[in-house]
Amino acid sequence: MVVKKTIGDWIFDTLNHLFLLLIAFLCVVPIIHVCFASISEPALVDKAASFILFPLGKPSLNAYKIIMRYKNIWIGYRNTIIYVVAQCLITSVLSVIAGYITSRKRFRYRNALMMFLAFTMLFNGGMIPTYMVVNKLGLLNTRAALLIPQAMGVFYIIIMRTAIQAIPDSLEESARMDGAGELTIMFNIILPLCKATFAVIILFIAVGKWNEWFSALLYLPTARDKYPLQMFMREILISAQNSTSSVTANAGDLMDNAQMYKTLVKYGSIVVSTLPILAIYPFCQKYFVSGVMVGSVKG
Amino acid sequence: MEQVLMKDKLVRSERVSRQKEKPEIPATGYVEHAGFAGFLHNLKIDFIRNKVIYIMCIPIVVWYIIFHYIPMAGIVMAFQKYTPALGISGSPWVGFDNFVRFFTGPYFGRLLRNTAMIGILDVLFGFPAPIIFALLLNEVRTKVFKKTIQTVSYMPYFISMVVVCGLIVDFTQSGGLISNVVAKLSGTTVQNLLADPKNYWAIHILSNIWQGMGYGSIIYIAALSGVDQQLYEAAVLDGASRWQRCIHITIPSIMPTIMIMLILRMGSLLQVGADKILLLYTPATYETADVISTYIYRCGLQQYDYGFSTAVGLFNSIIGTTFLLVTNAISKKYTESSLF
Repeated sequence: MVVKKTIGDWIFDTLNHLFLLLIAFLCVVPIIHVCFASISEPALVDKAASFILFPLGKPSLNAYKIIMRYKNIWIGYRNTIIYVVAQCLITSVLSVIAGYITSRKRFRYRNALMMFLAFTMLFNGGMIPTYMVVNKLGLLNTRAALLIPQAMGVFYIIIMRTAIQAIPDSLEESARMDGAGELTIMFNIILPLCKATFAVIILFIAVGKWNEWFSALLYLPTARDKYPLQMFMREILISAQNSTSSVTANAGDLMDNAQMYKTLVKYGSIVVSTLPILAIYPFCQKYFVSGVMVGSVKG
Repeated sequence: MEQVLMKDKLVRSERVSRQKEKPEIPATGYVEHAGFAGFLHNLKIDFIRNKVIYIMCIPIVVWYIIFHYIPMAGIVMAFQKYTPALGISGSPWVGFDNFVRFFTGPYFGRLLRNTAMIGILDVLFGFPAPIIFALLLNEVRTKVFKKTIQTVSYMPYFISMVVVCGLIVDFTQSGGLISNVVAKLSGTTVQNLLADPKNYWAIHILSNIWQGMGYGSIIYIAALSGVDQQLYEAAVLDGASRWQRCIHITIPSIMPTIMIMLILRMGSLLQVGADKILLLYTPATYETADVISTYIYRCGLQQYDYGFSTAVGLFNSIIGTTFLLVTNAISKKYTESSLF
């Protein structure tokens, strides 16, 4: 389509481009600020009056040296990795199974089952009764408390079910003719055909788990050694007052000023905890996009 | 080689013959409209036909019962003076006492107002933002530019809530970056922005927009790419300006998507989550920041008032569910889109 641009079009295009650039800038600027603040001189960072877009003072890796020695971050890192891997395994497999059985045409009560699952989206017991169940099961302060109560989600099941429903029935029938059982059909025939959807689910679970903190607050009231990374981040960033003592306790000789030390730990830990996700997401973008599409179409 | 093939064929034919010996159980024998007895009869037949499927159902159904349906039954605590030592069976029943206590308590009005205002403002400003962003992006013809802006705009979505709130706390403290900007614009000295109850709603909603706008636009960008290009060509021939094309072609084309997203959003209007607010509020800002979900958290898990907080939670989910059903019904009546 060839359309001659009028002056009005030129003005609009220019302003539009500038505005979008501004939005993009606002989206990244806090992270750029954090990255450069973490390698700047802490005294200058505390005084900075605007976003830091280049290192202030002599760039140094002191923040990262401190963080290397800051045990809580690494305990959190290890725990978060355990939670992410375990949750991806549990939830993805269960979602495939649930998606598979609720899409079997030969299963008479598939829709009844789906209703049974989807009703929980409409109405739920709420925070306290769920907490009581987790408590009664003896899961409080165990790693399982962060994994089992979130083992399934209707959202993932719906995504999986939609993908499986799109596969022609004839494939299943011919496999059955060849003597394949239910499990063979599910894992060897259906699953390879919806690999992309499977990847989408795993990505959603992994990102959600990496960033999750609230269930740790609920279900790990005293088990600090099982805290995910985000709980320690909360201590460093939000309730900084309480953790100053513990931070400075293992400060060693790297810094003698507690305030400077806090500044470095704050920015350095944000970089360390956020970078893995930010480094990965541009490459997984298309999976997220397709996940959003399926999820919203089927509601 | 040939031998292997032969063998393969043999195995196959063997399998087929075995299949013939044991034919699949046919899909017959079901009875229709026969009440509960008929249901049991059908269930039995279905079970024999799909044994493995029923076995696969077990973990899923059991998990849903334990973690969703038992908590629903646990709602009876709302009508008890619940103490863990006595349990649900032993705790005394108090009827609607917990609800009365909540409705007549000092915080009811404040909690309802905060929950409603944060929910409404969030939809009012947070809902159009991704649509406008998508429309503006749609006007860009340079592919690389568009793609880059899009990718960058998703980024805040992937930053964890804890880090986002940490940044908010950092930027809005006295001498923080946002505080400085606000001070310059208003010409006054600015103390900690977050500590002032007047600012809480604005901070909450603006940061939500910052975090969700790019990601929320994905669905609209996809809808926009599906608009028939011939419509635009025809409009250009008829002399429609760019603005007119946007109003008369682009927006009507993505209207169904907008409606569905709006229903989804309206359905959860009053379900303001606790996690972000728990990270941002302090007793000094309870006046505007405390919502029903954070109140439930405090009463239940910090003061161990289980019966009372369950009652508050039940009130919250009843309102939420009613809202969802009403919005869905309205939408079904006036537009063609509905969730169920």
